[in-house]
Amino acid sequence: MRMTQIVAFGLGLLPAGSAFAKEHIVSQKAKQFTAEEITLAVGDTVLFKNEDDTSHNVFSSTEGAKFNLGIQKQGAESSQKFDKAGAFEVRCAIHPKMKLKVVVK
Amino acid sequence: MVSGVARIGVLLIAVSFALEASEPAAFAAEPKAYLSSYKRPKDIPFPKDNLHSQAREDLGRTLFFDPRLSGSDWISCATCHNPALSWGDGLPKGLGHGMKVLGRRTPTILNLAWGELMMWDGRADSLEAQALGPVEAEGEMNLPLDQMIGKLEGMSSYKPLFDKAYPGEGINKSTIAKAIATFERTVVSGEAPFDRWVKGDAKAVTENAKRGFVLFNEKALCSQCHSGWRFTDDSFHDIGVAGDDIGRGKIMPDFEVLQGAFKTPTLRNVDHRAPYMHDGSEKTLEEVVDFYDKGGKQRRPTVSEHVKPLGLSGEEKADLVAFLRTLTSRDKPVVIPMLPR
Repeated sequence: MRMTQIVAFGLGLLPAGSAFAKEHIVSQKAKQFTAEEITLAVGDTVLFKNEDDTSHNVFSSTEGAKFNLGIQKQGAESSQKFDKAGAFEVRCAIHPKMKLKVVVK
Repeated sequence: MVSGVARIGVLLIAVSFALEASEPAAFAAEPKAYLSSYKRPKDIPFPKDNLHSQAREDLGRTLFFDPRLSGSDWISCATCHNPALSWGDGLPKGLGHGMKVLGRRTPTILNLAWGELMMWDGRADSLEAQALGPVEAEGEMNLPLDQMIGKLEGMSSYKPLFDKAYPGEGINKSTIAKAIATFERTVVSGEAPFDRWVKGDAKAVTENAKRGFVLFNEKALCSQCHSGWRFTDDSFHDIGVAGDDIGRGKIMPDFEVLQGAFKTPTLRNVDHRAPYMHDGSEKTLEEVVDFYDKGGKQRRPTVSEHVKPLGLSGEEKADLVAFLRTLTSRDKPVVIPMLPR
């Protein structure tokens, strides 16, 4: 998994207790996420990139990190911030065999 | 969902296909470029919390064929999932308690050991979770689960079967569901001509079928959803069947893409399971191919991007159907058990 780091300009934008918020990239290829599990710090984001030849719909229904990124066509990207510590299951609503465990510490 | 004793593995083993010498150069692409992704697994996967044993399989088979698991004492699981009809019922829509016509076609239970979510709309996340749903559904088998347990406890010959399958656990909803699920996991379609082709027998299928296989993977876009050895991605797609049944959308109302989506069915033994689609609206495989060639029957924003007019010729359509017929296995007759009294 490729990882990038984004420096947040201005202390007012930073989450409490975090000097830097990182952006982690997870792609979707061949109806799979490119990682089975990733570990983040509170306040980090995950950029979901659809590099597949089909649409996806990334979501989580785990308490503490519920989100629905909606339909992602081929080539689309969507970002999701994780504000709470915990372990969250991320899936594709169209392809339920696609599973990603996000651990936020 | 499953793992445990599963040793499906081996998918990465390279397969040598003896096709080169005899293949005509009439394909848009070499079929062997696709064949390796359709190789059958060796073993059936069972979950860690419900491993296989012969006793569990036997109990599950007995329960599956027992019509006393219904309020009428007349409908068993096998009434709708009839092994003689490729574990379906051959009807456009299922028939339930009191001959009530149900909302959708009965899906086959073939090869569900490898499935992810069960039923057309995926509302059960395992075979164990699914097994008792139809039993207690008023419109289907119409037997409240508490009554079901009482009925089974009243038939003394059932107790030793449960004791052997699940020692010390008794007769309860969990053991009943686990036994049925274990039996269902053993319902696997056998080797078909297509499998023999995958293994290297170039004469196992006709040239028409080989052309159909390439079309299946390319121009006709079928493999976008009907992928892998079971010919399903276990996913949910709106394919443009006319009607107002929103399928998975009722379970997941906040997801636009799932409104009108249904689970991709397996194509194994598909020519034994007419009529087709979740509502039985297409009577033959030829009609199904025509349906996709036209890009479905109802256009709406949720219809899959892979369902669009294909421009197939008559010969191409026939080749596709010829290929689909190579997925049918000649399975051994199913032995129906004597039922406990």
